[in-house]
Amino acid sequence: MPHRGQADMSAIKKSNILKTGESTWSFHGGIKLPGHKDMSTKNPIGRVPSSDRYVIPLNQHMGAEGEVLVATGDNVLKGQMLAGPHGLISATVHSPVSGKVAEIAQHHFPHPSGLAGTCIVIENDHKDEWVKRNPIGDDYTNISSHKLRSIVRDAGIVGLGGATFPAAVKQTEVGIETLILNGVECEPYITCDDMLMRERADGIIKGAKIIAHIIKAEQCIIAIEDNKPEAIEAVTQAVSRDGSENITVQSVPTIYPSGGERQLIKIITGKEVPVNALPSDIHVLCHNVATSYAIYKAVFEDEPLISRIVTITGRGINSPQNLEVDIGTSIHDCIEYCGGYKNDARALIMGGPMMGLILNTDALPVIKATNCLLVSAGIDIRLPESEIHMPCIRCGKCVEVCPANLLPQQLYWFAADKDYDRAVDYNLFDCIECGCCAYVCPSQIPLVQYYRYAKSDIWEQERERKKSDIARQRHEDRLERLEKQKQEREARLKKKRDALAKNKNGRDKEMDKKKALIAEALARVNEKKSKQKTKAQNTENLTPEQQQKIKQADARRESMNNRENH
Amino acid sequence: MLFSKADAPYLNNNSNVQSLMLKVVYALIPGSIAMFWFFGWGVLFNLVIAISVCLASEALMLKARSRPLEPALSDGSALVTACLLALALPPLAPWWLTTTASLFAIVVAKHLYGGLGFNPFNPAMVGYVVVMISFPREMTYWTPPMGVANGWPGLMDTFSLVFGGTVPEGQSIDAITMATPIDTLKTQINLEHDIEYIRAHRVYGELFGTITGVGWEWINALYLLGGIWLIKQGVIDKRIPLAFIISLLLISNFFAVVDYSSYSSALFHTLSGGTMLAAFFIITDPVTASTTAKGRIIYGAGIAAITYIIRTWGGYPDGIAFAVLLMNITVPLLDHYTRPRTYGAVDEDS
Repeated sequence: MPHRGQADMSAIKKSNILKTGESTWSFHGGIKLPGHKDMSTKNPIGRVPSSDRYVIPLNQHMGAEGEVLVATGDNVLKGQMLAGPHGLISATVHSPVSGKVAEIAQHHFPHPSGLAGTCIVIENDHKDEWVKRNPIGDDYTNISSHKLRSIVRDAGIVGLGGATFPAAVKQTEVGIETLILNGVECEPYITCDDMLMRERADGIIKGAKIIAHIIKAEQCIIAIEDNKPEAIEAVTQAVSRDGSENITVQSVPTIYPSGGERQLIKIITGKEVPVNALPSDIHVLCHNVATSYAIYKAVFEDEPLISRIVTITGRGINSPQNLEVDIGTSIHDCIEYCGGYKNDARALIMGGPMMGLILNTDALPVIKATNCLLVSAGIDIRLPESEIHMPCIRCGKCVEVCPANLLPQQLYWFAADKDYDRAVDYNLFDCIECGCCAYVCPSQIPLVQYYRYAKSDIWEQERERKKSDIARQRHEDRLERLEKQKQEREARLKKKRDALAKNKNGRDKEMDKKKALIAEALARVNEKKSKQKTKAQNTENLTPEQQQKIKQADARRESMNNRENH
Repeated sequence: MLFSKADAPYLNNNSNVQSLMLKVVYALIPGSIAMFWFFGWGVLFNLVIAISVCLASEALMLKARSRPLEPALSDGSALVTACLLALALPPLAPWWLTTTASLFAIVVAKHLYGGLGFNPFNPAMVGYVVVMISFPREMTYWTPPMGVANGWPGLMDTFSLVFGGTVPEGQSIDAITMATPIDTLKTQINLEHDIEYIRAHRVYGELFGTITGVGWEWINALYLLGGIWLIKQGVIDKRIPLAFIISLLLISNFFAVVDYSSYSSALFHTLSGGTMLAAFFIITDPVTASTTAKGRIIYGAGIAAITYIIRTWGGYPDGIAFAVLLMNITVPLLDHYTRPRTYGAVDEDS
């Protein structure tokens, strides 16, 4: 079945600014959410003063933990690499200040597991001494994609929209036609991308051009939700200042989760990323606007990813605003800078209210994934743990809003029943955990929790299965080895036996020779004997009776001889 | 500072089962007032009996199953079942008939299957069908609508009929009750009378109003109004009622065009009996209906087809209850075979 409305990219190029609905498609489902964005956009982006101590976790990204390059007590400079990438999907981390490595130890940091991880703790010497930097600037057009990718990689740049996937890994240069910059920011409360676009649009455009150069994309579309007119204006002006013809600003409808990568690709191109495939398979690459800006900083200023913009907002905070925060700064310091908590502050969430991670303490560092720190107050957020939910009445509201077009109520049923085979059959793993289903559920069922639980249970089973597969393989290998040893032993024995048998044959032949000699000797004796039994002499003139007797005697002798010979 | 832990999402649109159910009850109000206007005190008695029995049996069953009373009893689902049942039963139904139907709906059809959300069959329709099969005679105790024959009996007469089974002096039950238009048409058509003859008949003719039966057209119109409000409120999905009504229109129109003298018109079918009550309030019960978009259309159309077959050729006056139960059986199958195409799903044949 052909997709509804195949994207005609040439049509998009006509204009640099496209309004909502112009050249856009839509995805199934989604919900309208109260934005609460004005709260944090009244003031320009601020800067948190430098701290004395920074905690830099090694695992701030999707993929393997980096390899530590420094030791406790080492002096480090601002921007110095602290850990290098380990394996393909990994990212580097850098020191946000100059100072000393105070310790390399396990510390807690914002992570869904709630577990501690290896962190490098830097003591700030407040000298703000940079490592030697070699900015490339506009010269990047003469540099190979490969070289630029390694710059992006060494700058520790990960997807800043929240997924924190190492940016360089995505930047394949094979067959990408369209670069989509994601400035949608569809979750309520969060405004860090909005403010970045308002204030630093030129850097974003430069970053986009670098990425387009790396991946050899023909065009770039910057998607911004239509509830951010200031950002759209700022980016549009930056595009016209730049003068590039193949950069388009596309306004997209304000509907959650239009900022989800797959949903945004559907909105912009009308195409769906096939299940088990990547956007690059349909010739698209998606990057967040903040990632683009970080790439610009890496190439034009040789500045690695040591800071990011964080929205500090919510009804539980005194003066909400956006701040540029060095990675490793304590969340507590950021909150204090914004006037601290209000008395009725109730929960602290990293990220938005739909997909964010709730933190039980603010004694944690800001990491690359920290796009927002949301402090709720009163009952503006729901804490489902405290409630018993009603049974599912199969109303199907979740089906209507699911952007992956799944059947959430069936998945809930299977997940609750631990009927994982059917859950997988109903495409549990295509669930993006956006939370739309739980938002509209009249029975207030924490559906996403059920799905997460089921997914991790299935992964666990899969790991167990793999483990047992390995164990079985080992066992089978051992059996095979034993069998082989047995066969080898048998083969050796057989060889030995054969050798023995051969020797025996040799002896038999000697015996045969002897026997032959004996037989020869016997034959000679017999010959002699038979010569001896010559006829009786002087018998010619005898009577027939006498001759008869002689014959009989001869016959007797003959038979006696024969008897002797045998 | 330390905070509590929970899992995303932390937002909800604050809808809840109770408010959904209460909206269904509110939407029933205009239609039930019309029912009361045309069929008298019996409608009110039915409601009182059904609501008390349903709520009491709900409470008893929750207790028997050691479930907390509060959230389940106040969720409004037993109330909705009671109202639907009361409005479907004949106004002069004796108290024990309404009680039996209510008990069966809540105890057997709902709680023995696991309570709200777990029942495969529509509880109100199970209760209705049980008494329909067991007490066919009492199920014909409809009063003549307001303005036809003697109209409906007074409050005290109705009370003694419903609770005492005593017919007012000098009258017989047959004189007080009157068949519904759907029933009348069916009986008369089976006697090979054509529709025009029936509508002009000295006795039955009075039953028929401008479009359908006296009173019924108003009752159905007001249920339709309530139903539209429910769709606007987002309480029910428009697919099921639309598929049901459109299918019923198409099927009945087909036969009416072929032979208008023995098949009632499409309008008669859609505005008679329990059509609109079923379309917006009964077959839209989410628990027992299909949940997929396509499934809901097939579900609604299927109920229309079976309803028409039973109404026209079957042994019962109105076939909606049977049609609903029959289509309830198909729901797991419908849900399975009408799964939506997941985002990015790769088509097998391409």
